[in-house]
Amino acid sequence: MGASQSGPVHMFQDLAYKTGFSIEQIKNLHNRFIYLTQAEDTLRREHLENVSDLALNPIRRQIIEAFFDKRNMGEKEKGCLQEIGFEEFVTVLSFFRPPKPHTVDEEMKNIKKEKLRFLFNMHDTDNDGIITLDEYRRVVEELLSSYEIMGAETAKAITDAAMLEVASVTVGQMGPDEFYEGITFEQFMQILKDVEIETKMNIHFWNLDTRTVQCGK
Amino acid sequence: MELKMFILVLGLLVGSLMPLGGASGSPGSGTGQDECKKNNGDEKNGNKTTKKSFPVLTLDYKKVRLPFEISLWVLLASLMKLGFHLMPRLSSIVPESCLLILVGLLVGGLIKLVGEAPPVLKSEIFFFYLLPPIILDAGYFLPIRQFTENLGTILMFAVVGTLWNAFFVGGLLYGVCQLEGTNLASVNLLSCLLFGSVISAVDPVAVLAVFEEIHINELLHILVFGESLLNDAVTVVLYHLFEEFTNAGTITVTDGFLGIVCFLVGLCGRSVRGASESTACILAAFTSRFTSHTRVIEPLFVFVYSYMAYLSAEVFHLSGIMALIACGAVMRPYVEANISHKSHTTIKYFLKMLSRAQVSDTLIFIFLGVSTVAGPHEWNWIFVVATLVFCLVARVLGVIGLTFVINKFRIVKLTSKDQFIIAYGGLRGAIAFSLVYLLNPDHFPKRNMFLTAIITVIFFTVFVQGMTIRPLVDLLAVKKKQETKRSINEEIHTQFLDHLLTGIEDICGHYGHHHWKDKLNRFNKKYVKKCLIAGERSKEPQLIAFYHKMEMKQAIELVESGGGSKLPSAMPSTVSMQNIQPKKPLQDRALPQLSKAREEEIRKILRTNLQRTRQRLRSYNRHTLIADPFEDGLDEILIKRKKMKELEKKISQMNNYLTVPAPPADSPSVARARLASDPQAWGLKSVTEIPTIKVELVSPQNPESVKVVDEFSKKGSQPKGSEEEGGLTMRVPSSEKQRKDKTPDEEPQPRFMRCLSDPGPAAEEEDEDEPFLP
Repeated sequence: MGASQSGPVHMFQDLAYKTGFSIEQIKNLHNRFIYLTQAEDTLRREHLENVSDLALNPIRRQIIEAFFDKRNMGEKEKGCLQEIGFEEFVTVLSFFRPPKPHTVDEEMKNIKKEKLRFLFNMHDTDNDGIITLDEYRRVVEELLSSYEIMGAETAKAITDAAMLEVASVTVGQMGPDEFYEGITFEQFMQILKDVEIETKMNIHFWNLDTRTVQCGK
Repeated sequence: MELKMFILVLGLLVGSLMPLGGASGSPGSGTGQDECKKNNGDEKNGNKTTKKSFPVLTLDYKKVRLPFEISLWVLLASLMKLGFHLMPRLSSIVPESCLLILVGLLVGGLIKLVGEAPPVLKSEIFFFYLLPPIILDAGYFLPIRQFTENLGTILMFAVVGTLWNAFFVGGLLYGVCQLEGTNLASVNLLSCLLFGSVISAVDPVAVLAVFEEIHINELLHILVFGESLLNDAVTVVLYHLFEEFTNAGTITVTDGFLGIVCFLVGLCGRSVRGASESTACILAAFTSRFTSHTRVIEPLFVFVYSYMAYLSAEVFHLSGIMALIACGAVMRPYVEANISHKSHTTIKYFLKMLSRAQVSDTLIFIFLGVSTVAGPHEWNWIFVVATLVFCLVARVLGVIGLTFVINKFRIVKLTSKDQFIIAYGGLRGAIAFSLVYLLNPDHFPKRNMFLTAIITVIFFTVFVQGMTIRPLVDLLAVKKKQETKRSINEEIHTQFLDHLLTGIEDICGHYGHHHWKDKLNRFNKKYVKKCLIAGERSKEPQLIAFYHKMEMKQAIELVESGGGSKLPSAMPSTVSMQNIQPKKPLQDRALPQLSKAREEEIRKILRTNLQRTRQRLRSYNRHTLIADPFEDGLDEILIKRKKMKELEKKISQMNNYLTVPAPPADSPSVARARLASDPQAWGLKSVTEIPTIKVELVSPQNPESVKVVDEFSKKGSQPKGSEEEGGLTMRVPSSEKQRKDKTPDEEPQPRFMRCLSDPGPAAEEEDEDEPFLP
């Protein structure tokens, strides 16, 4: 390993250590990154929008936004970036890494919390730490947007029902005057605790070149 | 008391069964039996015997005999089942299947005592009549999502595991047979292999019967159950393979090679079977699209098409079980979208009745018991014990080995506890028995011995493993099935996750599990659903469908619970819609006018929507109670709603100083709840600043929550629940004291959102809400 190569390799190792991917996986992701950005240094939104398969996805907006969301980068800041580098790319993707086998329960809880945090950030678009009714409604609308028929009322009704449920479960008694602001992160965790996020929200990052190997389950 | 009566009836049945059997056989023993009976059966028998002098009667009886006996058997089985539930202590220790086998043994013994040849479980009856309902039931209600998620694992267990078991057991048994000291030298390798393949198959019937009762978590359930369903293919192929070989007499290497090829072909013969079953599915789904006018025959289509798929698969000696499962599972989403709610219920209950609750399951086990007593037995200690031991060992080794390999590919690893349960849950059952029974005695001289061995193994697994699995599950603290219902939040997020993961996979550029699933869904939506689902429903996204289902369920629950009492699933909270809606600034009275116009408009839109989607679109709100959830009630509801609308208009126009008793029946809450979504319409009518009279105006959109907003006294901290029952009441709490009087009355009432549609409770409520006029 000559001096010229040690740069990126070193960076890869750092990243591997930080995010938990293996060196192989990072290399593959790097290839993918270069492919997406067409050899530029940074990734912008347009690059992601160019991914053809993504066009059919009803929530592509939010997925793309998630990559540029500062909150997911581990910083305490809020707001959006305009372009991200490889490091941020891998950081976001590390949220989808399956937990290693023999992970202790404590660690599992942390992982679950992180993943839920990621989801929460996706919904909470105005960065105020609460998912309000409107934000939630937007989520539902987007989910349903790929279907032609959809009265706006249906989305509203579903959202209302969902919010009602969250409020009922988490807050319980509420006086008539009180106003339920929205779903906080703790409440979010509570209502989704049965969904087993830590096992579901994963994708396989294979150690082989992803373009040539199609992974099937 | 009940028990005694029950036993009496039972005795009657059994008593009548035998003399009748005897009557057609030997008249003498028949009359002889009469005197032995000490119960009311005597009369019946006596009648028969006296009439026996007419020669005509015997003939007549013979004509009726078969269906009569069958019905008697069925009745016996059902009574048995009833009986077990009368003895709850017993049924909690011993699984039903054990008890049924015991009963079968008893009955068989009784029959043998009579000297009558007990009916044996003929394989035809088993395979053509008893088994299909169970399998169809299993396939139709298969939880697809979990099944496909674990498909790889299940297939591994089913195919590789069964193969391993078969060869291990067969080979070792052959080895044992060759040992000195046993006179089993005549058993050749082929027979052993055949026997091994038959006995290694985990039986879906037995598994279902036992696992249903212990409620383990879904993953394990689907693994064991899925394996038991799928391994049938392997078993059938192996069985026929070895049978052919035995018939052929000698085998050469080429034959062996051909055998392997045949095996693979058999497995891949799924495509042929697939053709038959997918034809059946498509036909069924397609037909159901047009049945909107003849609802009554819808269930019939489901059953008949599936059955034909099963039979046609059997024609090719391909696994009929798999055909049936695939047919049922694939057909279900399309058919369900098309058929009416009633038909769906019919199918569900009919299947359950045929398969588990009443007939097939019970009969199979009873027959097993009877056949045990009846069948020719050849007991060979060594063979039987060896079989048993090898089966267990093979299973354990197989599970451990396979799990080791499988865990490399799974995200959710299988723990050793899981492995233990999987290994332990490998119950053998009637299918194995029938397969052995079908063996030709000429080619398999040791058939009786095989029979004995199989029966022993079955008994062992069902009794010992079946009985002990429940305490073991508790002991090992295996995760149980979660009883919680799917909430709408979870549903939303599951879908969200699906899309999210697909998107991320696309970004990463590799085509994984989610990508293909998504593609399949899209294909499904675009082409398949259009063909197979009638009309509008084809466009309904899953989330909305789920939502409707929830509403329907809620509505039905409410109707059943009478509307007045606590909802079974209600969460004890008092959060209502108004808590969620953003607070509106103080509105003056002019606003209601505005919102009303909007209300009208929206209501109209919604009503048209409603009619279009055939009443499936109901706003989800626990306040909402749909008086008649079935399609016929639609018009009534609309009329009622119109009436309510008038009333509502009047109410909101009135000054807030009057009190109006709650209107009965279907309140405008239905429409209102829909309006709940519209922030405009939410007149959270504020408290007007009136010095003397404290007014609170119940927002018409939320009749159930009577909000006592008391600006002048902080005693508005009354629990909200106490006012819930007010319904559409506008109260003028003229004095604090009066209100205080009221509250104790209302306290005891369940505190949560009331649903008003049932005139009953509403009427009661009306009584309580005396006008408040000061």
